[in-house]
Amino acid sequence: MRDIIRMIVVLGLLAACSGGLLAAVKSGTAEQIEVQQLKFVKGPAIRDILKGSINDPIQDRFKLMDGEAERTFFVGKYENRPTAVAYETFGQGYGGDIGIMVGVELESDKLVGIGITTHSETPGLGSRAKTDPGFRKSFEGLSIEDPIEVGEIDAVSGATITSAGVCKGITQSADFYERLKPKIVEKAKSF
Amino acid sequence: MAKTLVQEFTKGLWEEIPPFRLVLGLCPVLAVTKSVANGIGMGVAATFVLLCSNVLVSALRSIIPVKVRVPCFIIIIATFVVVVELVMQAVAYPLFLQLGIFIPLIVVNCVILGRAEAFAFKNRLTYAAADGLGIGLGFTLSLGAVGAIREILGNGTVSIPFSDQVISVFGPSFQPFTFMVEAPGAFVCLGLMLGLMDLVGKKG
Repeated sequence: MRDIIRMIVVLGLLAACSGGLLAAVKSGTAEQIEVQQLKFVKGPAIRDILKGSINDPIQDRFKLMDGEAERTFFVGKYENRPTAVAYETFGQGYGGDIGIMVGVELESDKLVGIGITTHSETPGLGSRAKTDPGFRKSFEGLSIEDPIEVGEIDAVSGATITSAGVCKGITQSADFYERLKPKIVEKAKSF
Repeated sequence: MAKTLVQEFTKGLWEEIPPFRLVLGLCPVLAVTKSVANGIGMGVAATFVLLCSNVLVSALRSIIPVKVRVPCFIIIIATFVVVVELVMQAVAYPLFLQLGIFIPLIVVNCVILGRAEAFAFKNRLTYAAADGLGIGLGFTLSLGAVGAIREILGNGTVSIPFSDQVISVFGPSFQPFTFMVEAPGAFVCLGLMLGLMDLVGKKG
């Protein structure tokens, strides 16, 4: 009996210390990791979506609270077309969540472009959603207000679930986009 | 156990160099050695985990009940692996993207669990530290060596660890032997090195 109690205590203590240490490291590195992700993962997608903007969208970002969730928006300003914002949303893919960067023109609510940030799709099939420019391009000009179906876009061949996941992720993101739009427009003006 | 601290350290560099002599931890040796920089980066991460887990296991060896020692080792190792993963994301994100899943997989690296079980749990803290550092350094060197052979032959370059620099070895007219940077090339390279080490070892 004493043995069993000792085992439980030692294992429990070890696990608790481990948890504490990890929580500390996690909170200590969170900010730096966000910066790195902006630079290496989200950055390229944002630059691609908001290309031609006269400002730096990664610098000009703001956060809004949507209920419990905090969402980051990146502002792209242009000389001869309306301002656009990019934000990240997630869709359910074949191998887990797909991170999708969505660019929307504030005036017309039309998509200016999308990009894939993180995914764990099958290499060579679903992973082409990230690399195939034709797939991403087929979203341009669609309205965020209407549900986007796989038929409307050029789905990645052999990766129907991935393509549908991206469509669904974008369609669902319209919810919070609509909800936050007045605040987004107001904030975007200040840049 | 008449070995000195220095001997415990240096045995990891030749006598018990992990992939070639212990023939443990082969998964990262095969998977991440497409370039020198990746190999060394992985080696450094594994060395940190190995050193920390060896020290902690040795320090706690009188407290840890023998019956649950393996779960305890795994908790300790996994903790340090997550620390490495987070720190690497914060300071060397491109390397983290390159190594990907193989960083969390350090948890199940046989070298680390093997050293905890076979050495650290039975030896004093200083010896465990020397052992961890030595084996870790040997592991890093091995990964670097396999990475160098594969990268030089397969791509004609040498990438400098922890920087973005890449040195071209053979110049622009080099026709890369791409087989070496693909998965089968890793097996061939490792096999040849194992054989070579055996040959040299037997003579000496």
